[in-house]
Amino acid sequence: MSDAEEKDTTEQAEFRVYCREWLKENHPGTPPVLIPQGALELSDPDALAWLQNWQKSAYNADLVGCDYSVECGGGGKTNCQTIANQEMQRAKTPFMLNIIGLGMAAPTVYFHGQDEIKKDLLPKLLSGEDIWCQGFSEPGAGSDLANQQTFAEKKGNSWVINGHKVWTSLAHFANWMILLCRTDKSDKYNGLSYFVVPIQTAIGNGVTVRPLIKMTGETGFNEVIFEDLVVEDKYRLDEVGAGWKVAMTTLAHERGAGLLTTPSSGGMVTQQEKGANIGVATSLIDLAKNSYRNGSIASEDPVIRDAIMQLVIRQEGFRQNQRRIGVKALNDHPMRVPLQFKLVATEIGQDIAQLAYEIEGAGASLYVNDENAPAGGEWPLAYMNSFGITIAAGANEVQRNILGERVLNMPKSK
Amino acid sequence: MSQPKNFGFGEDETMLRDSAKKFFTDNCSPDKIHRLVAGDPDIHRSIESHWDQHLWKQITELGWTAACVPEAAGGIGMPVVAAVAIAEEAGKVAFPSPLLATFNATFLLRECNSDNATKALEDIATGMASTLAITNKKGSWEAQDTDVFFTNGKLNGTAYFVQDAGKAEQFVVSVKSEEGLGLYIVKATDEGISITQDGIIDLTRDQAHIEFSNVTGVLVADHGKGAQAIEKARPAILCILSADMCGAGEWLLQTTTEYACTRVQFDHPLGFFQAVKHPLVNVMIDIDRAKSLTYNAACAIDNEPEQAEKLARMAKSAASDMAVYSASRAVQFHGGIGFTWECFVHLFFKRQMHNHILFGDGKYQRSKLAALMMDDAA
Repeated sequence: MSDAEEKDTTEQAEFRVYCREWLKENHPGTPPVLIPQGALELSDPDALAWLQNWQKSAYNADLVGCDYSVECGGGGKTNCQTIANQEMQRAKTPFMLNIIGLGMAAPTVYFHGQDEIKKDLLPKLLSGEDIWCQGFSEPGAGSDLANQQTFAEKKGNSWVINGHKVWTSLAHFANWMILLCRTDKSDKYNGLSYFVVPIQTAIGNGVTVRPLIKMTGETGFNEVIFEDLVVEDKYRLDEVGAGWKVAMTTLAHERGAGLLTTPSSGGMVTQQEKGANIGVATSLIDLAKNSYRNGSIASEDPVIRDAIMQLVIRQEGFRQNQRRIGVKALNDHPMRVPLQFKLVATEIGQDIAQLAYEIEGAGASLYVNDENAPAGGEWPLAYMNSFGITIAAGANEVQRNILGERVLNMPKSK
Repeated sequence: MSQPKNFGFGEDETMLRDSAKKFFTDNCSPDKIHRLVAGDPDIHRSIESHWDQHLWKQITELGWTAACVPEAAGGIGMPVVAAVAIAEEAGKVAFPSPLLATFNATFLLRECNSDNATKALEDIATGMASTLAITNKKGSWEAQDTDVFFTNGKLNGTAYFVQDAGKAEQFVVSVKSEEGLGLYIVKATDEGISITQDGIIDLTRDQAHIEFSNVTGVLVADHGKGAQAIEKARPAILCILSADMCGAGEWLLQTTTEYACTRVQFDHPLGFFQAVKHPLVNVMIDIDRAKSLTYNAACAIDNEPEQAEKLARMAKSAASDMAVYSASRAVQFHGGIGFTWECFVHLFFKRQMHNHILFGDGKYQRSKLAALMMDDAA
């Protein structure tokens, strides 16, 4: 029995057995198409269809959304998503592609939407039938998120939206968007409101989605332009002017500190054949044993050995921090460790990829389009992609402000 | 074997930790400790050990030295995390005492499995301050290395870097013979030993080298078995030091943060500036990592011993690096005042610098860890 299993409630213990059995029978196996490193890099419709199919079967089996209420399409269980996630990790299933829907939109709609909207939208979100994207960032509102310029104007029982969103991952596949925008120009924070917006049905009719190309050469995120898009008032979450408060629910979940656990990112290594185990520090050990660097085996270089061990230790420390969060007696401040999640996780991931790059020596110059590239060129790709998450969801510099201000009570820098 | 989810930190351990916290809050304000140990700033001051023997007596009466002594030797038989919890609280006040040294002696004696070791543990349980004399002149942390030898049936040679030797009543000494390494108990009052205090930077402890000339000693681990006992005890020793550094790191963080909230420059408290705020957040992150790794390693000793060395080396590496960083940022961000003798920060700075080296710094732990993780499977 692992340490996680030891303290299972009866409901959790039964559910764990069920998950394990179900996964044994229903693991989707090796994908027939190339699956990218994460959902946010998805651009191939065949990969989309395969992942959508996997999410649907996991949802139907109750492995996704099990902690949501039954009337919202959930499983009505308590603290069982963690169990399903652990078992999916164990069984090495693929990631859930509807990551923005599951991780951010669902809890936000759940805590702030009207009952009718919740019942209407959540089942298709959880099943992956509807793909969701997030309309927060704008050309002038990145880290300074409250500087929203997209404007919604009330006309009768509807809102007319105009504006420009950027870095919108999955918008090219998405049916729905969570949208933060301005409804009052006189108050920066209290002048914001929060909507859910059907975007796919409005393409060409108030919505334009254009792909943005990342430094890696991949697409996957977009800019979305609103021109007189009409949205019904029932799609507003919480009060007019309460948008910032609602956005905090979204961000807390995005940063891993929200109340509802996000369904699993899976445990499957997507690029199995090529062997780059992105994000796992111990995988650098094998990489170093099999890489020449400056003409010698990298694992024999004491500087490289030290650097690998530093990352192995940081990653184990991160794991043990997550374990310590669950032990009340060992946390003086309840948010101190949870609020570090995003910052620490993304920097470890970035540093692992950077070190892998260095371990590969001259070979690291070869990219994914070269058949001689070590590990298929996945490590340089992962390193470049790692900046996506150290910047997104509040750049890590903003995370350090949040920690310094909310946990250490230092004065606000702005 | 596997670990309990709560790091073995149950009700008893929590109660013990809370009572230690209260004891230190009541008795060991930084101001009081500073008056006790930092009375003479003279760089050529005479070498003296300052501590409060009355507080030590209270601690032994509270049963802290008995906490991790096995029940069979008259102790309470608590897991290693109990001592770790106390050590963390001791670090928070930079407590001058033989407590850490006595814990370390306890963990080594626990691995000796002999009647004489049990007798020594019984003495610890009733409050006998003890320490390890297992390091040679070169400062090697390898179990086999010692400059004390078994010749003509007696102990001869010198043990170096003996922690809190001036406070200890008994020493666990590693001694080499042709049959290998053995461990002996030697009392501070035994004939033939000569303790020379080292002049050290850390004001909150003492250190000495001890010369043995024809000392009898009491054998606690046979020659040939001593090195293995040291290796088995090492994870606990590393955890105790790590916990002390975590506690001291937390004091440095909180004190510096408080200063950053009150000291105004350029019309703002220092903490307004991200050049100050962000590094303090980094210190916090490093402390939390070291803490979790320390609890994890301590818990492994009782529940997952095959993982203990690996996890303890991780903990000591993280804690040592954090110790240096937390100390350096505290002095830097206190500015000019942080550079003075009157500011309490230097007490903790010096304790961190001492602990980070003891039993190997971060770089040393990582070289050992790399050998464990990268070479075994090859």
